[in-house]
Amino acid sequence: MSVVGDDPWAVLRGATRARVALGRAGDGLPTARELEFRLAHAVARDAVHTALDPDAVRAGLGDLDVLEVRSAAADRAEYLQRPDLGRLLAEGTALPSSGDDLGIVLADGLSPRAVHEHAAGLVTALLDRLDGWSVAPVVLAHQARVGLGDAIGAALGVRAVVVLIGERPGLSSADSLGVYLTWEPRPGRVDAERNCVSNVRPPHGLGYDQAARTVAALLAGARELGASGVALKDEAALPG
Amino acid sequence: MTVRRTTLGGHTFEFPSLVELLAKATPARSGDVLAGCAAESAAERVAAQTVLADLPLATFLEEQLVGYEEDDVTRLILDTHDAAAFATVASLTVGEFRDRLLGWAAEGDEPAISALAPGLTPEMVAATSKLMRNADLIAVGRRARVVTGLRSTLGLPGRLASRLQPNHPTDDPLGVTASVLDGLLHGSGDAVIGINPATDSPDRTIALLELLDAVIQRYEIPTQSCVLAHVTTTLRALEKGAPVDLVFQSVAGTQEANRGFGVTLDLLAEARAGALELGRGTVGRNVTYFETGQGSALSAGAHLGVDGRPVDQQTLECRAYAVARQFEPLLVNTVVGFIGPEYLYDGKQVIRAGLEDHFCGKLLGLPMGVDVCYTNHAEVDADDTDSLMLLLGAAGCSFVIAVPGSDDVMLHYQSLSFSDVLTARQVLGLRPAPEFEEWLARMDLLGDDGRVRELAPDAPAAKALLAAARP
Repeated sequence: MSVVGDDPWAVLRGATRARVALGRAGDGLPTARELEFRLAHAVARDAVHTALDPDAVRAGLGDLDVLEVRSAAADRAEYLQRPDLGRLLAEGTALPSSGDDLGIVLADGLSPRAVHEHAAGLVTALLDRLDGWSVAPVVLAHQARVGLGDAIGAALGVRAVVVLIGERPGLSSADSLGVYLTWEPRPGRVDAERNCVSNVRPPHGLGYDQAARTVAALLAGARELGASGVALKDEAALPG
Repeated sequence: MTVRRTTLGGHTFEFPSLVELLAKATPARSGDVLAGCAAESAAERVAAQTVLADLPLATFLEEQLVGYEEDDVTRLILDTHDAAAFATVASLTVGEFRDRLLGWAAEGDEPAISALAPGLTPEMVAATSKLMRNADLIAVGRRARVVTGLRSTLGLPGRLASRLQPNHPTDDPLGVTASVLDGLLHGSGDAVIGINPATDSPDRTIALLELLDAVIQRYEIPTQSCVLAHVTTTLRALEKGAPVDLVFQSVAGTQEANRGFGVTLDLLAEARAGALELGRGTVGRNVTYFETGQGSALSAGAHLGVDGRPVDQQTLECRAYAVARQFEPLLVNTVVGFIGPEYLYDGKQVIRAGLEDHFCGKLLGLPMGVDVCYTNHAEVDADDTDSLMLLLGAAGCSFVIAVPGSDDVMLHYQSLSFSDVLTARQVLGLRPAPEFEEWLARMDLLGDDGRVRELAPDAPAAKALLAAARP
């Protein structure tokens, strides 16, 4: 309830997360509001341009086997301009064919920071829910798009691949992790053949256990259906 | 197929098709590299521009970039071409046409430039823009007069309007209302109050249309609303008797790309007829609104022209304008930095594209606005969008898009803020749409100096507007 004498603009601020009622300095923004906006943008920019730190990710994964690959995009600038190269493995990449059921790829995507903060937690939660699945060594991928998982999955010879990838940072969420599941991965798969769980980012977004439960259910559904993507979304009874 | 060639500095450059000539003449941008059609060196780009400058404008009536038989946008362009309007420039080359435009612009001859529109094709205009620098695009763009209206009049000299974009992640009515009021208090919303709905459903669309209509009626605001749902959703809303001011649709420059958007020319005509029938205008009868953006055809894999050759993204963007102009729009805007760095990499490319799109749209007779925006993975920041905004203001841009504090909390990108629009108007001496300006005065929001004043919270106008935000 608003009381007479309260800041009436608070009515607007209380109604939305949008940046309303910021006040004015002439026709511009007051300094404090301007700096808040700059900080949000700076954090998002840093999330995009932080390099993926393999040692930090390995440390979070304990004694799991971890392989490391790069896409055909040579650096961040090329990665950002050539999404096609981010879907191809760098020339000369060799991965051992494992013949396991499932491959797990940790991809820097547009927010390596999301991988640093959430990949280990999500992988641990996911492995807890994968009884009956043999899992290939985890692959850590630099300058990677979602589609790189197709090439990696094909090389590993796995039946399904899940790609955990840093999502495009927004002003209020620079560390969001997305999960993409593809059944029978091979180069040429299209987005309609994948299932996605996005915004894994506790405590603000989806938690690890909740995300892992959904991914495990999708995997079970994909195995039963022999497919992922739109068909699976329509048929699988997924936990909320 | 004609191979065109030129020798510059002892090196001969060959361009085996018109598609390649236009692509290689295009100022550098990441999307053309991604499509594989960009010039491979700076010298090759100038060589292509040199050949293009000597090409007769009429070539584009005889030789197609995208096939006539397989593409309805090409058919639309050629079948609606007005030879009489073209006659004054029909004998010119692309380079001579550029020079002629600059001459008319310097003399301030708006009628000469503006009368050309029905005689120009998107390909002619795109080609000409490739020979122009940013200042050329501004000088000519500001002399191409396009005035449209529904309940406010847009495109008049000395005016800069804005679309108030009150998006909310869950379409919450109170949240949307708060952003609408914040915009109105800053003098935004004269072009349209337009929401991108979080969910594209008829019920949601109707609820938002009714909400905006109620605000507009309550305060008697001379503007229009729009919910930017898919055209088929708006058709459903029309069937159910919703207060539809404007039919919106994203459009692109090839039939295949439009198919990807789920639209056909017939569908757009049907929706426009439905909105016209409602007769909701007071000062005009323009009832459509289109958005476009360089790269949309490529991102849909629908960017190939004759013989499967990739057409450059700026030429395809101009072809989208041919679709828009068929439906006499109130508003058209390019969304210039939204699609990502794989199409426009940095501030330089975004600024160039924004000025090109404005120039080309205006020359083709469109009421052209720009969503001056960027994402966090592009090499663009608020300094770049400030620059583009002010350049567009100088270029006579009809309207820009504005969101609270530059931060669209639903689409997750940054556009201009309400206060940015105030800055552009102040710096360049521009004013809101006339009907909306009178409303601002009635609401006590306009100072004696013509600026939008900052109200004290207990001012009667502030109290009146804030009343709408109380649950």
